[in-house]
Amino acid sequence: MAFDGDLTRSTAAALAAAIKNGDVTSTEVTQAHLDRIAKVDEKVHAFLHVDTEGALAQAAEVDAKRDRGEALGPLAGVPLALKDVFTTKGIPTTCGSKILEGWIPPYDATVTRRLREADIVILGKTNMDEFAMGSSTENSAYGATHNPWDLTRIPGGSGGGSSASLAAFEAPLAIGTDTGGSIRQPASVTGTVGVKPTYGGVSRYGLVAFSSSLDQGGPCARTVLDAALLHAAIAGHDPMDSTSIDLPVPDVVAAAQLANIEGMRIGVVKQFDGEGYQAGVLTRFHEAVQTLRDLGATVVEIDCPSFEYALSAYYLIAPSECSSNLARFDAMRYGLRVGDDGVNGVEEVMALTREAGFGPEVKRRIMLGTYALSSGYYDAYYGSAQQVRTLIMRDFDRAFADVDALVSPTTPTTAFKIGERVDDPMAMYLADLCTIPTNLAGNAGMSVPVGLAPEDGLPVGLQIIAPAMADDRLYRVGAAVEAAMNTKWGHPLIEEVPSL
Amino acid sequence: MPAITREEVAHLARLSRLDLSDDELGHYADQLDVILGSVARVSEAVQKLGQGQDIPPTSHALPLVNVTRPDVERPCLDPADVLRAAPAAQDQRFRVPRILGED
Repeated sequence: MAFDGDLTRSTAAALAAAIKNGDVTSTEVTQAHLDRIAKVDEKVHAFLHVDTEGALAQAAEVDAKRDRGEALGPLAGVPLALKDVFTTKGIPTTCGSKILEGWIPPYDATVTRRLREADIVILGKTNMDEFAMGSSTENSAYGATHNPWDLTRIPGGSGGGSSASLAAFEAPLAIGTDTGGSIRQPASVTGTVGVKPTYGGVSRYGLVAFSSSLDQGGPCARTVLDAALLHAAIAGHDPMDSTSIDLPVPDVVAAAQLANIEGMRIGVVKQFDGEGYQAGVLTRFHEAVQTLRDLGATVVEIDCPSFEYALSAYYLIAPSECSSNLARFDAMRYGLRVGDDGVNGVEEVMALTREAGFGPEVKRRIMLGTYALSSGYYDAYYGSAQQVRTLIMRDFDRAFADVDALVSPTTPTTAFKIGERVDDPMAMYLADLCTIPTNLAGNAGMSVPVGLAPEDGLPVGLQIIAPAMADDRLYRVGAAVEAAMNTKWGHPLIEEVPSL
Repeated sequence: MPAITREEVAHLARLSRLDLSDDELGHYADQLDVILGSVARVSEAVQKLGQGQDIPPTSHALPLVNVTRPDVERPCLDPADVLRAAPAAQDQRFRVPRILGED
């Protein structure tokens, strides 16, 4: 039996089943996505590197395995777009930065290795804000990515390449990283699904570090079940990451299949509503909260006063860790080297290289972090921010003693125009207002589409937050909301993306 | 009074090994001043929400200490692969710029 329908519009779950049944080969599926990339990526610019040869070789291997009668994994043969912040042996990894232009890593990240072991076909590397610092993908040294819903708008960031590749039907699956919202905010503004797993749930080995206590890789997809299947493929303990949690991965796939929230208690975060939020975002958010009630959940308001200070704490903690992590870009062992003329000393070469190789946002954050960690300022800035982090964790503990999960809008506005906030860092930072507390506390969060804002016709996301190592609850709630919305609309929201 | 002056930004740039231009110094001084003015609210938060209690700092969400793995031999990176990525290499080593002063 041949595959019925457009391969690039299918879900990952359906593609995997069709490959397993022999209705279609992985080579055909992979080629269809490579063709789609060739056709539309000029407009979207989701990819920094397309690995045509490698992807087709991987696909051929999956097809050969099937021909030999070998057992295939749940996502075998399905193509994926990988954020360019994970190392890939033999494939360029730039982190969206000039300082790593042309760098070919000598090793695979654990996430990359697990994708390969699961026979998931890596199509290429996606665009991102430089070193994952940003909310719009405009901070990429290689040019902005465009939102497929409206090419004049941002696809979110830092993982805008990953979210845009999904919304443009260039890939059914993608991997992102989320330090302050870089998976969830792009998912929200592109009408896709994105999950930040519990901190320590997915290995950071080979994930180029921005803020080590906050960075977390996670799945991006067009459906909740697809995200769950990908989550299961990449999660789990890794001895190569000392912060990896050595516990069984919550059964996220079963939770996505259950999709039932009857009897759950869900809290609405009081602080993430009202002033500063776009009217249409709140309209869709309040409808989604009503949907939770209609589906049998008990909804209560939860007061988290410390969340008002989360953004401030984050913009001290993340830059502080960044200033330390990015010291490794010293022009000695890999990457760019500028000014090595035989006269300049090593420190001059470092300073010239970093000046030439880093973009404005990265420089801004390195200096901000260096300042916050300086003696004399340390207590007032970094020290206080760490105390706020304690207060945020206490607010979450209190909340989760009462409710099973929390909800809020994922981001205060829909996708803004490219160029609108580039010269106003504080306005840009506000995009992550609602997603940051989860990173600071290390718990799990998801964004799932809940409609288009009436005033601009752009996607709105619902954020779901669950306690650490209860990632399955995200999928249970997310899948229930998704099913209810699909019934209401008569089709998945993503089908309303304009054709490119 | 600004939270941060142009001279302080120049000092930060030196510490951060960033050879900033004059234009950048002024630009970043203005921007960092706005950002620091905003994020300084964290001290106020501790006073307001801490209710006079001593709030311990949190540096990490996981209470992990001394994570180790067995010390067993395993293959290391291929030196040729590693040096191929280096800006300059010589005799199977990284070649670096001058590290000592002239005198």
